[in-house]
Amino acid sequence: MSRITVSEERCKGCLLCTQVCPVEIIRQSERINQHGYKVAEVPAEDMEKCTGCASCATICPDVAIEVWRGKKPKKSA
Amino acid sequence: MAGNKERLFVKGNEAIAMGALAAGCRCFFGYPITPQNDIPEFMSKYLVEAGGQFVQAESEVAAANMLLGAGACGVRAMTSSSSPGLSLKQEAISYMAGSEIPAVIVNMNRGGPGLGDIGPSQGDYFQSTRGGGHGDYRLLVLAPSSAQEAYDMTFDAFDLAFASRNPVLILGDAIIGQMKEPITPREPKAVDPAEGGDWRLIGAPKSGPDKREHRIIKSLFLNDGELAGQNMKLQAKYEAWKKLAACETFEVNDAELVVVAYGSIGRIAKNAVRNLRAKGKKVGLLRPKTLYPFPEKALEKLAKAGKRFLTIEHNLGQMVEDVRLSVRHYADSELFCVYPGNMPSPDDFEAPILRALGRK
Amino acid sequence: MSKANTTVAPSGEELVFTRPASLVDRPTHYCPGCHHGIAHRLVAELLDEMGVIENTIAVASIGCSVFLYNYIDADGVESPHGRAPAVATGVKRARPDKFVFTYQGDGDLASIGMAEIIHAANRGERISVVFINNTVYGMTGGQMAPTTLIGQKTTTCPAGRCLEREGAPIRMAEIIAHLGGTAFCARGSLDSVKNIRQAKKYMRQAFEVQAKGFGFGFVELLSGCPTNWRMTPVAANKRIADEMIPYFPLGVYRDVVADGTCGSMVAGGE
Repeated sequence: MSRITVSEERCKGCLLCTQVCPVEIIRQSERINQHGYKVAEVPAEDMEKCTGCASCATICPDVAIEVWRGKKPKKSA
Repeated sequence: MAGNKERLFVKGNEAIAMGALAAGCRCFFGYPITPQNDIPEFMSKYLVEAGGQFVQAESEVAAANMLLGAGACGVRAMTSSSSPGLSLKQEAISYMAGSEIPAVIVNMNRGGPGLGDIGPSQGDYFQSTRGGGHGDYRLLVLAPSSAQEAYDMTFDAFDLAFASRNPVLILGDAIIGQMKEPITPREPKAVDPAEGGDWRLIGAPKSGPDKREHRIIKSLFLNDGELAGQNMKLQAKYEAWKKLAACETFEVNDAELVVVAYGSIGRIAKNAVRNLRAKGKKVGLLRPKTLYPFPEKALEKLAKAGKRFLTIEHNLGQMVEDVRLSVRHYADSELFCVYPGNMPSPDDFEAPILRALGRK
Repeated sequence: MSKANTTVAPSGEELVFTRPASLVDRPTHYCPGCHHGIAHRLVAELLDEMGVIENTIAVASIGCSVFLYNYIDADGVESPHGRAPAVATGVKRARPDKFVFTYQGDGDLASIGMAEIIHAANRGERISVVFINNTVYGMTGGQMAPTTLIGQKTTTCPAGRCLEREGAPIRMAEIIAHLGGTAFCARGSLDSVKNIRQAKKYMRQAFEVQAKGFGFGFVELLSGCPTNWRMTPVAANKRIADEMIPYFPLGVYRDVVADGTCGSMVAGGE
């Protein structure tokens, strides 16, 4: 499976990532970072839906998102 | 050509270009304006033949900014222009002073304000010696009075610019630029390829023995106290320049009256002083070779010895303010102005010098 | 995304997107949703991918992006307003073996710096220009730019830009494309994932024509300024798609490599 991490120090809460996620798992959290921005998050229970497409990271103006792509399950077969 | 020990018969403008070539100038950025066109014309041929870069810029504004870019790389570079063009260059000159970029700038001063005329003038004295553009800064200003001196000062200007990381201005005029006379060239300088090595932009290696942080050359200092710190640093540099102040003195020892004049006017005044000496008049001359720093100590010393002063300049009275400041504890200076469009001869100065000498 | 990153976790996961090495690890001063951050990242990725970061001299301009040099880990110099192409000319002439690029906004490049950009392109200076067009002066607080769209309200055209009074918005990519020394010229946009990926391809070409000595490389990037447009970042991106792209069409405006005319560019060079 794939996943993303959001750097809460860098995120400015612009929410552009929430618009481009094809599986619509990114949302605004209730957490406010030291700059006063409400940061983006993926709820833990939704992360397994992440496809690792990196659309969110591509559109993020603050390089706040890292994308990890898991090995495809087929490979073990 | 520049290494030839034979004497050459050249215009002052050509002497400047030759001095720059011999000093290792690698880039020249020009724009046409009378009366300095011989300089870019010369460079477009001989600098390029020597493997350097010549660009005729789209404007004096652009030429001065190209100079900024080349200087930031630690490469010996130069531009030349005349008064209206110097006004346009002031933007980049201020940035270069603020970001401590070495460069050589030539102003063949013509009449102003505005389009003025194309004849000789010293009307840019204030602009040259007070910085010229916005902000709190100075240039090193050299004022040649002959083709030889134009050559030598340009040759030395690059060393001065790099030693002080500051633009150096050579202030001539149409007489200096257009007058043809013999010069003796110097041996071409072998420029150290590592010149500017601790600050120049050359790309920042990320590994190996030369690994370093990336460098930023800038004049923007927004953080609290940062600009004050930078300006104090500049001020200390200008203060240290004072030892560079230079002047020629002629027949001052027993003189009652010392004429103060620079550049072409200094040279004409010297002839007037010589002629008056032949008539037994106790007059002398002090000719500043550096306009900033101004030779204030030499003037003060003469004032303390009881001399009186007459400033002669090709404007309506600019350098006279620096003369008066220099001698203020002991004396004053009278002023004789040469008006635009006039090409004075030594005879023209005899009457005003005698008038000043006669007044006690 | 950056190909330079091949970090693999013990779990077998591969890090496929992270900050490029040439982008300094420092949060930017830009407003939320500002596209400078995307453009900076693309520049840094390309410098990494092309392997030129140690050989790069960046030329910053005036506006919000004056601090470019704080974010790109290359040697850098600051230019007066609009003069970056002239400064870059001086840098490139002094150090022809270096990779030199300017990064300029629309007030800087298309207004006060019009003469410098036109002539640097026309001379075919071996430099690359990244031009951020967000139709407004950002740092000074949202005044009218030469690219401000007709009807767009700014602090100096509060009733909206008027064609009769202020003239038409300037289309720079179209102008630059027709100059003799331009080797590559394109307009991209940073409003969508697809457009960002395409913009990076354009930027790569604008960089490569310099690296290969073909001539002047130019890429215009339509960008958002949510703060001075008085809208949310999401609405700003929609505005780019709905209002800017129709007036500023995306695409390649000159490509001497595709034209097969790059040989003549080299012959006419330095």
